[in-house]
Order: sequence, then structure tokens, then C-alpha cells
Amino acid sequence: MSLFGNSIFARTIRALMIAYLIRRILYAIPILIGVNLLTFALFFVVNTPDDMARMQLGVKRVTPEAIEKWKLQRGYDKPMMINSAAASIGKLTDTIFWQKSASMFVLDFGYSDDGRSISREIATRMGPSLAIALPTFLIGLIIYVSFALLMTLFRATALDIAGVALCVLLMSISGLFYIIGGQFLISKLWHLVPISGYDGGLNSFKFVVLPIAIGVIGGIGSSSRWYRTIFLEEIGKDYARTARAKGLSELRVLFTHVLKNAMIPILTGVVVVIPLLFMGSLLTESFFGIPGLGSYTIDAINAQDFSVVRAMVFLGSLLYIVGLILTDVSYTMVDPRVRLQ
Amino acid sequence: MSFMPVILWSDALVFLLLAACAAVTWYVRRQEHLLLPWRRVAQSGVAMVSLLVLSLFLLVGGLDTLHYRVALQDKNGGQTVYSPEVLSVFDKLVEPLRLHTEKTYSAPLAVTLYAKESITDAQGRVVREYPRLQYGGAHLSDAAQRDGDVAKRAAIGALVGLLLAGVFCVAWARCLPARGEAGGGQFCPPYRSMLVIAALIGMTANLAAVYHVLGTDKVGQDVLYLALKSIRTGLIIGTVTTLVTLPLALFLGVAAGYFRGWVDDVIQYVYTVLSSIPSVLLIAAAVLMMQVTIDTHPDWFDTAASRADLRLVFLCLILGMTSWTGLCRLLRGETLKLREMEYIQAAQSFGVSSLRILSRHIMPNVMHIILIALVMDFSALVLAEAVLSYVGVGVDPSMISFGTMINGARLEMAREPMVWWALAAAFGFMLVLVLAANLFADAVRDAFDPRLNRT
Repeated sequence: MSLFGNSIFARTIRALMIAYLIRRILYAIPILIGVNLLTFALFFVVNTPDDMARMQLGVKRVTPEAIEKWKLQRGYDKPMMINSAAASIGKLTDTIFWQKSASMFVLDFGYSDDGRSISREIATRMGPSLAIALPTFLIGLIIYVSFALLMTLFRATALDIAGVALCVLLMSISGLFYIIGGQFLISKLWHLVPISGYDGGLNSFKFVVLPIAIGVIGGIGSSSRWYRTIFLEEIGKDYARTARAKGLSELRVLFTHVLKNAMIPILTGVVVVIPLLFMGSLLTESFFGIPGLGSYTIDAINAQDFSVVRAMVFLGSLLYIVGLILTDVSYTMVDPRVRLQ
Repeated sequence: MSFMPVILWSDALVFLLLAACAAVTWYVRRQEHLLLPWRRVAQSGVAMVSLLVLSLFLLVGGLDTLHYRVALQDKNGGQTVYSPEVLSVFDKLVEPLRLHTEKTYSAPLAVTLYAKESITDAQGRVVREYPRLQYGGAHLSDAAQRDGDVAKRAAIGALVGLLLAGVFCVAWARCLPARGEAGGGQFCPPYRSMLVIAALIGMTANLAAVYHVLGTDKVGQDVLYLALKSIRTGLIIGTVTTLVTLPLALFLGVAAGYFRGWVDDVIQYVYTVLSSIPSVLLIAAAVLMMQVTIDTHPDWFDTAASRADLRLVFLCLILGMTSWTGLCRLLRGETLKLREMEYIQAAQSFGVSSLRILSRHIMPNVMHIILIALVMDFSALVLAEAVLSYVGVGVDPSMISFGTMINGARLEMAREPMVWWALAAAFGFMLVLVLAANLFADAVRDAFDPRLNRT
């Protein structure tokens, strides 16, 4: 904040920025309400709690009493939207919608089927998820951008064509192959790191290094190709030609001019996923036995634990919307032309 | 033997799709300006080779879509009873592959099982031995003859394949020049790759008649058969998904861009809400709910195949629901640009109705975006199917697909000795399909994207 000192200019910028942020956050609320209504419709209207009870108890041996007991245990025995039996405000609050869906706005996710608090579970599992997702993201970004810059530098040569061909090949391989192949080669054949598992603190290094490496390699194909397209588009523009005409070296044009101007499209794709890193990766975590949010979600899907899946859907969209706001803020930081209005 | 044709939901969608493709082809062939980008695609050698590969996949998938049920021998009081098993024309063509199931694992081209078993030999002693397969290499009296026999059969098959393809190529080249001169393009059919592929197919077919070319899986099913059957599932996920939601994306995107105002606000709100839910989670939630519905209504389905099939169609719909938002946003942006064009303003000032402007002036000008999105999404969807089936929210476990193959074979890598062929086959087929689709999609995008300047 002391970038501009405490001048009137700096203060105006700051006030504009705060007003802009508040406006963006207000925009986000109707979207979150929409997500909430959608998940409510998906989980309670498409199939009634009775259907879910019948499914979980087994279609064959099910009695009305068993269904009622199942619903009572999970708090699904209330009316959907309006409870005409309750008094005053209870008409709205003593319902499934209020207690199961609207409560998610204050991050109260309730309890999973095994009786644990979902909020606490999320808090403890974010750490391991981040330990994989954050390094994968950062290392990946550096490698993809450098590879793309290299291809742009040698554009229309054999090196570039080979690079693009490699990208197309890499992006045609299933993500499952990288994981299964990597586990087989590194862990089973060469015994370099354990196949799966997790440990706290520094001990976790040997567990996370392979998932990170595989995550980075798995993304090279599509990401590098995408960045290359962005750089190629910028390098054909007039300012790049002018810079070259001034006698600047190609390297300098690329790094100081093109890279800076390519920031907007890069930020669009990159900033939005940063908050989602908390959610972890479903595949990686379940293959490597990382106790993060991704494997939590997979376990919930396999156990058909609807409350956990519902909580994850809401949390995921919340983080995505935070990402969108961050993206807009980041635009104003890299590009003074983006106005705050 | 009488049979009853069966049209599953996905079959109907595929037929609809084929009819639409035929209609579009017929229309485009008469319009030179629409044909021009396709000529550019035809000039690209890579695109033609990948098209060749893709059409082979399409052929297998297409034959696998013609379903029927066979009448059973015993009649129930004069009324013909049909088998509950739904078969396809492709199943009939490769019947030996489908029926020749072994006891359990066997390696590719093996004549014995993969594990030793106790066998009583001629003298009545019990020995631990690799038992011979029931079908794989059963015509050989001695297992040692296998290598020679494999080489001989492979060579004969390859030669026959080469010969047939050669005749076909010569015949094609004969009738091509007349058309080539008229069109002016330098269309060069991929003769060389045609020969190579024909040789490969001939070799595989000749070997598959008596061996399990890619081995057998845990319950003894031929892996080559499973891989070929997976193709249809992959193709349906890749194409039907985009097509079922295409009208929605097209209509809403164009309407939002053209009418602006509150229409735009509402449509933008809807797709922002949908796209703000991470797609895997939305798919997982929707598939879980679909499972509940299917499980609580077992009376809807007369065969297991129709249940698995409806689940596939639902999966396509759900996948489409999560992916139409991107296309819708693109179409909205393009329409916003187009509506400021002079020719649209001219049409408006002449009093042409909005509906007509949309259908005559705007839709044709966004078609290239739709086509590019269609071909680009295809490969991503094929890959997504495998991942979703692994997560447990993909196709029905009884449906043969790349995902279920990988899921079933995943733990076999940890087995000792390792069973690698099922995984290798699934990944290999998927790689070939997706690579061909990616290369073809690139060629189509290059030919249709107006932003690329051509000299």
C-alpha cells in the first residue's frame, strides 16, 4: 500500500479498489444462491429423501419404519421448503432447505454419514491437498511457460515443430496412464519412493515428490501448447515489430515485451484456479493415498455420502468465485488500462 | 434363426447424428464457399491419415451400434421368446473372439494359461504345469511350434491385407484424376498409411482366428474383443455429448448476444452458475442422483443392456450440461461482434424480423466456432470417460469401456507376475483414437479459423 506513498492519488486508487471489490463480492452472492438452489434441487427434489433411504438401505429389504429412522438420524424428516406446522419464523427455518442447504452460506456443512463434522474434516484435509497441489501448480507454471517461450523463440523451425508434436502426443495420453505408469516405474521397479501414503511435516517429501512430478508432466502437453498460442499471437503484433525494428534482440523482445503483454490471457487462465488448489486432485490423491480433500470426495462418492458431496460442490463453487474475483483484481494490477469502474 | 432388432436410446441418437451428418454433407457439397475449408483439410496429409484411422474406429463403432436379440430355441406356448442378451452386428462378425473365453489370464499370443495349475497327466500323476488354453493355439499339437506358426500366420495375413489394399488403392487412383482436376486441389489420399494399416489389420485378423492376440483378462475374456467393444462407448461419449447440448448452447448463446438487455443477463446468470461448480463435482453429484433414480425404478428396463445404455445417455447429458457453458460464452461473444456489422444493421433497417436475422445472417457465421468446438471437445471427452469411470461416476460397470477396462486392470500391475496387457491395450487404443482425433481437430481448426491469415 505504500507503493505510491500516501498521496491523494494513492488514496483515491485505494478507495476505488475497495469499492470495486465490494461490488464484485455483491455480484457473487446471487451466483452462490443459484448454486445453492441447484444443489438443493439436485439432491432433494430430483430424488426425495425416501428414494435415497431406499437406495442406501437396499431396495429389497426396506420397511417404512427403517426409512423414517434413516431420515430422522440424518435430519431429513422435515418438510422441504415450508414447515406449516412450526411457529412464526420456524415455518422457514425448520425445513430441509434451511438446515441442509442455506446453512452452507455460513460454512456450516453438517455431519457426514459416519457422524464426523464435515467442516473439521475439510480443515484438516486441506493441508495435504495443498502440499501436492501448490507445488504442482507453481513448478508446472514455470516449466510450461518456459517451454512455450522456447518454442516461440525457435518458431517455425524443426525444434518448434518437434515441440508441438510432443505436446500433441503428451495431451493424447490419458492422465491415468501417467499415474499408473509413474507408480509402476518409479515406485515398483526402481523403489525410489513409496507407492502411496502420507506423513506430516518434512517426512512428507518422499510421499509428495512423485505425485507432484506426475502432475507436472501430465499437464505439459495442453498447457505449453496453449501458452505458445498466446505468445505467437502477441509476437505478431505491431509493438513487437517496432521493438525488433529498434534493434532489440529477439530474446529481449520476447522477455520484456511479449511476456508482459501476454500476462492478461495468462492470468485469466491461471489466477482462477489458485483457490481451487485447496480442493486437491481427485485422481492423484486417491491413487497415492493422500488424505486430502480429493480423496475425501472420492470416498464420499463411492460410499454415496450425499452430505459430503453436497458440501464439496458448494465449497468448490465458492472457491471458484473467489478465483474469479482475484482474476479481476489481478488485471488491475498488471494492466493500468483496465479501469476499476 | 430369427432375431428382433433392438434400438437402444444411444443407438437412436447415433442414427440421428448420422442422418444429420449426411444432410450437412449433402448441403455442403453443393456450396463451393462451404466446401473450400474442407478442401484445405483434404490437402493436409496428417489430417487425411488421422481421418483414415478415425473412420476405421467409426466403422467398428457403427457396426457395434446395430443391435438385435436372438430368438431362443424353446418356444413359450407358440410365442417366440427372445434372449435377454442384446448383441450387435459387430459381435456376430467377431463371434469367435466373444465366445472363446478361457479360464483366466493368458498372455498375448500364449498357448498356455499364465499361472501353473495341478494337472493329472497320462500316467495318473499330479504335476504343476501351465495348462494349455482351450482355444488359444488349440490347433497346435506341440506348444513349441507356436513361434513358427505365429510368424507364418502374421506374414500371410499381412500379405493378404496388403494385396487387398493395393488393389483398392490402384482402383481409387484410376478414378481420382478426373475429379482432382475439376476441383483444382491437390488432394493426395494417404496410400502409404492405407497399406500399412491394411497389413496390420490382416495380420491381426489372421492371428485372432486362432490366438488371443492381446491375451485374456481375469475371467478369460479376449482383451482384443474388449478393446474393440470399448470403441463404441468412447465414440458415443465423444460425439453425442456435445450434440445433445448443442442446440441449447447455440440458441442461448446467440440469443444472449443478439438481444442483450435482460435476456443477456438471465442467460449469463444461468451459465455462470453452472460453470462455477467444478465440473467433476457437478458430474459426480448428478451421476449419484441418477443412480438413485435408476435403482429405485428397476421396472423401467427390460434388459441389463438397456439399463446400462440409459445410464450412458444420461452420462452424455450430464457431461454436456457441464460443458455447454464454454461454447455458449464463445457464441455470445461472437454474436455481440456480429450484430454491429453493417450487413446486420442493413437487414434491421429493412425491417427483417429478428428470427430471420438470427437464422439467415448470424447462425451461418458462427458455424465455424461450433465445428471447431465439436472436434476439439471430442478427444477431451474420450479421456474424461476413463477418468470418470475410475472415480465411479462413469458408465455402468457392466458396460465395456476404456474406463471400466482400466479400472478392472488397475490392480493387476501389483500382481506377481505382472499382468500388463489389459492396461496396455486400453491405453494403446485410447491413445490412437485420441491422437487421431487431436490431429484431425487441429487440421479442421486451421482450415476454419478466420483469424489465421493465409497467403
